[in-house]
Amino acid sequence: MISIRSLEFYYRPGEFRLNIPEFSVTKGEKVAVIGPSGSGKTTLLNLIAGLMTPLKGTVSVGEIQVSGLDDRERRDFRITNIGFVFQDFELLDYLNVFDNVLHPYRITGALKLDKEKRVRATTLAQDMGIGDKLKRNSNDLSHGEKQRVAICRALLPQPKLILADEATGNLDPDNKGLILDLLFQSVEDHGATLLAVTHDYELLKRFDRVVDFRQFEGHDK
Amino acid sequence: MFDTFYIAWRYVSFNKIKTATLVACVTLISFLPLSLQLLLEESERQLMSRAVSTPLVVGAKGSSLDLVMNTLYFDDEVPELITVAASNSVMDSDLALPIPVYARFQARGNPIVGTTLDYFDFRGLRIAQGRQLAVLGDCVLGAKVADSLDLKPGDSLVSSPETLFDLAGVYPLKMKVVGVLEKSHTSDDLAVFVDLKTGWVIQGLGHGHEDVTKLRDPTLVLKRTEKNVAATAKLYHHTEITEKNIDSFHFHGDLAQYPITAVIALPHDDKSGTILRGRYLSREETQQIVRPEDVIDGLLQNIFRIKNVLDAVISVVALATILAIVLVFALSLRLRQREIQTIFKLGCRRATIARLLSAEIFIIVIMSGVFCGALIFLVNQFSHDLVRMLFIR
Repeated sequence: MISIRSLEFYYRPGEFRLNIPEFSVTKGEKVAVIGPSGSGKTTLLNLIAGLMTPLKGTVSVGEIQVSGLDDRERRDFRITNIGFVFQDFELLDYLNVFDNVLHPYRITGALKLDKEKRVRATTLAQDMGIGDKLKRNSNDLSHGEKQRVAICRALLPQPKLILADEATGNLDPDNKGLILDLLFQSVEDHGATLLAVTHDYELLKRFDRVVDFRQFEGHDK
Repeated sequence: MFDTFYIAWRYVSFNKIKTATLVACVTLISFLPLSLQLLLEESERQLMSRAVSTPLVVGAKGSSLDLVMNTLYFDDEVPELITVAASNSVMDSDLALPIPVYARFQARGNPIVGTTLDYFDFRGLRIAQGRQLAVLGDCVLGAKVADSLDLKPGDSLVSSPETLFDLAGVYPLKMKVVGVLEKSHTSDDLAVFVDLKTGWVIQGLGHGHEDVTKLRDPTLVLKRTEKNVAATAKLYHHTEITEKNIDSFHFHGDLAQYPITAVIALPHDDKSGTILRGRYLSREETQQIVRPEDVIDGLLQNIFRIKNVLDAVISVVALATILAIVLVFALSLRLRQREIQTIFKLGCRRATIARLLSAEIFIIVIMSGVFCGALIFLVNQFSHDLVRMLFIR
């Protein structure tokens, strides 16, 4: 599903440098990425999502070589293939739950918002246990509920790949397990692949594979 | 496009205080110059229409503006007085028809205008209820005075004392309302019309009291000779003119020397008007003759000069406000960087983000436009009254 070859990336010469000779994730796999802060975990997610382009090497998702796409193609690729789940949920406080879930459909022409999608958004929210909170403002929700909304938003376009950046980082222990259960269940239901950056070591055993990022860390000489 | 406006609308409706502040700023900054322009145009129209229809005004030398404003709009600022002789002089010239005006006193905040019946013909004023002035003490009300004071023929109206604490001052006269004029949408709607003599009675120049030749109380008589009886101040003066006491009212001295504020002169033709104006050009002349149109035109020139300054001030304030609004948006953009990054990560184009922000601005501008339009509509509806309230009576 994900294939990275000879990847090199840095923000400024002489500073942090990411070197990944080879990295791959198979379809349907649930992979955890661990490593110290600043080791490039979030950068990797951004490179896979096409938010950044590598200086050297290739990043492919499925049949698509992301690193070879232009800006517009990368954007279209991201919106149709990638579902993002963030640590701080990144919900819009001026929208209610339903509108937050539908938000990707309202901000891009690549996704079409129709009745079917609205029904699907409602079903997803019900599956996530927030079906009764669709009209509530996102500010009025607990952290656990907010992350469920964020997962619904990520899953609605039925992406092939879910990228979760510290998705359980802001949750209490009870909610961490619950959200991870829901995320795993949704990923399996949709036949998606999960690549999750996490610092929660007690949750690692639930992933298919764990990648320690310290092996890729390096500095410009 | 619908989705863009939907999200923008959710944003502006969620941030109510910020939106209300911005809308208020944009509304005010667009409403102020527009309403000012509207009111000035209306005041120009009203001032000029009455000025153009009044050919010439004769009054005491001094401020021609005070003279015109008092004679045409019954302004509180009373010009130097002239005498009835000035009116007689115009009549004797055989060049114009004189209409004397004595607009000096007030009744419950409304000007009392002493004049002759010619004034009503000249202004085309018609009686809506009751009858025209006929007897001393009668008054005819302008339509708005009758409305605001809820008076009708048969009621009475008391003139206001000139000074509350001056015991020797003008005593109030209880006037009989005999008629109400049709609405004319001019200053005449706001006036109380009386005969010139009634005006003089209000001033105390004409008065009514018991027959002094029959006084028996010695404290009422100051001096008694064969031909004349001088009464003391204790003598009771009538403060209301009734059928019973009307015969006791009288005027001392030569009526030609009685005061008026102005004479409206209606020349028989242009040539007569020019000749008449020429007669007041002498340096020794104590009176002036003015064309109200010229005076009001001069006033309007000054008003528009002031308006130009005001426009410049408003422009600077508008610029400052717009800059402040731009600053608000810029600061708001900085505060919303995270939100912008999120929607960018979700797959939104930068152009779409710009469109979202533009839609928010558009909604605020439209809301301001609606509010401004509503306010302008209200000002337009009431511009006639507003102008009378703010600029002219």
